Amino acid sequence: MGLLDRLAPRKSDPDGSIQSSSGLADDPVFATKALRKFLSCLTSRESPALLDLGPVVGSNVSFFGEQLGCKIFVEDIFADLDRHVREGKPDVFPAFLGKRFPQEPGSVDGILCWDLIDYLDRPSAQALATQLMRVLRPDGALLAFFGAAQARSTTYTKFIVADETNLRHRAYPAARGHQAILPNRDIIRLFPELRVSDSFLLQNNLREILFRKTT
Amino acid sequence: MWKRDESVRPTGGQPTAPAQPAAPAQAGATAPRPADTGHHMEKDIVNIGKSVVIKGELNGSEDLTIEGYVEGTIQLKEHVLTIGPNGRIKAQVFAKSVIVLGEVTGNVTATDKVDIRDNGSVDGDIVSPRVAIAEGAHFRGAVDMQRKGGATPGAKTDGKSASTPAAAPAAQAAGTPQRVGV
Repeated sequence: MGLLDRLAPRKSDPDGSIQSSSGLADDPVFATKALRKFLSCLTSRESPALLDLGPVVGSNVSFFGEQLGCKIFVEDIFADLDRHVREGKPDVFPAFLGKRFPQEPGSVDGILCWDLIDYLDRPSAQALATQLMRVLRPDGALLAFFGAAQARSTTYTKFIVADETNLRHRAYPAARGHQAILPNRDIIRLFPELRVSDSFLLQNNLREILFRKTT
Repeated sequence: MWKRDESVRPTGGQPTAPAQPAAPAQAGATAPRPADTGHHMEKDIVNIGKSVVIKGELNGSEDLTIEGYVEGTIQLKEHVLTIGPNGRIKAQVFAKSVIVLGEVTGNVTATDKVDIRDNGSVDGDIVSPRVAIAEGAHFRGAVDMQRKGGATPGAKTDGKSASTPAAAPAAQAAGTPQRVGV
C-alpha cells in the first residue's frame, strides 16, 4: 500500500466538467497549490521550454503544448531508473544521469520533477539535481514533490493535470520503491543554485516545493 | 436519389476533404476495402507491406500506410501517413497527418496532427499543431505545437480561468494546503 492508497482521496465528480477517457475518472484527484504558481512562471515567457521528467501523458502534452504554448521535452527518468534496477545496475545510475540530458545549459524555463527524487538514492539525487540546475535558465522554475511521511511505495505515480489546481494521481508498477524521505534541509542542499519560492504541505502528506533559479 | 448525389459530389468535391483523415485510421488496422477502391480513386491507400524494406527518400501525393521498414526521409505533405502496428520507421517524416501504431525513430513534422496510438512508439522530436498520445504509447523527445493565435484563457494563471467548476470543490476536499517554512 502506497502513501496515497492509505488516504481517502476524493474522486472526480461523475458529472463534472473534467473530461476523461480510458479510465481517467477512476484516478484520484488531489489539489495542488504549487502548479498554478509554476504555470505563472512559465507563462511569463513567450514560448517556454518545459522539461518533464515523468512518463509521457497525452493530456499533459496537450495542456502544456496547446494551452500554454510550451515546447515540451519528455525525458522519462522513471523508465531509466526502472531499467537500471531491473538490470541490476543502480550503482551506475548517477553516472548515467550525468550524461542523460542533451539540453543546453540555461535553455529550459521550467522543470516538472514530480516526485522522482523520492525514488533515488543520494548519489543519484545529487547527480540529477546538478543536471537540472545546469539546464534551468536563471529565474526558471522547478516543481518537485516529496513525501512527508514514511512510505515504502512500490509504485510510481503519473501526475495528470486536470486543471491548474488539480492533479490526477495514477499509480503504476515500479521496480524499486521510495528510497528515503528527505528532510527539507537536505532538499535545499541538493539544489544550492536554487531558492525555495513556495512550499506547501498538503493534507495527503505530499510536500510541493517550487524552486526558482537565482539570477 | 443515388444518381443525383453522385453527380453532385465531383463538383463539390472540396468540402469532403476534412473527412479524409478518418479513412487512413481505419486503413491502418485493416486491409483496403475493395468496394471503396472501385469508386473513390482519391481515397486509394497505398500499402507498404510487412516484407518491404525501403532505404532512401519516399515522396508521395496520396495517403500511405507502412507496415514494413523504411529508412531515410518520408514526405507526404498533403496526405496522411499511417505507420501500422508492424511498421518500423527510421526516418525524418513530413506529412499532413501522421498516425503511429508501430515504431518511429526520427523527427516527425505534421501540418495537421500527430497521433500516437496505444503501443505506438516515437523516439524523436514532434512538430505539429495537434498531438495526441494515447495511454500505453511510448514517446521520447520534444513536442513543439507551434502555437496558433494568441494566449488562451488557461495561459493566465493568476486567477481561476482554467479551473473547471467541478474541480474546485474536489480540491478543497482533497487537501487544503498549509504553508510550511522550509
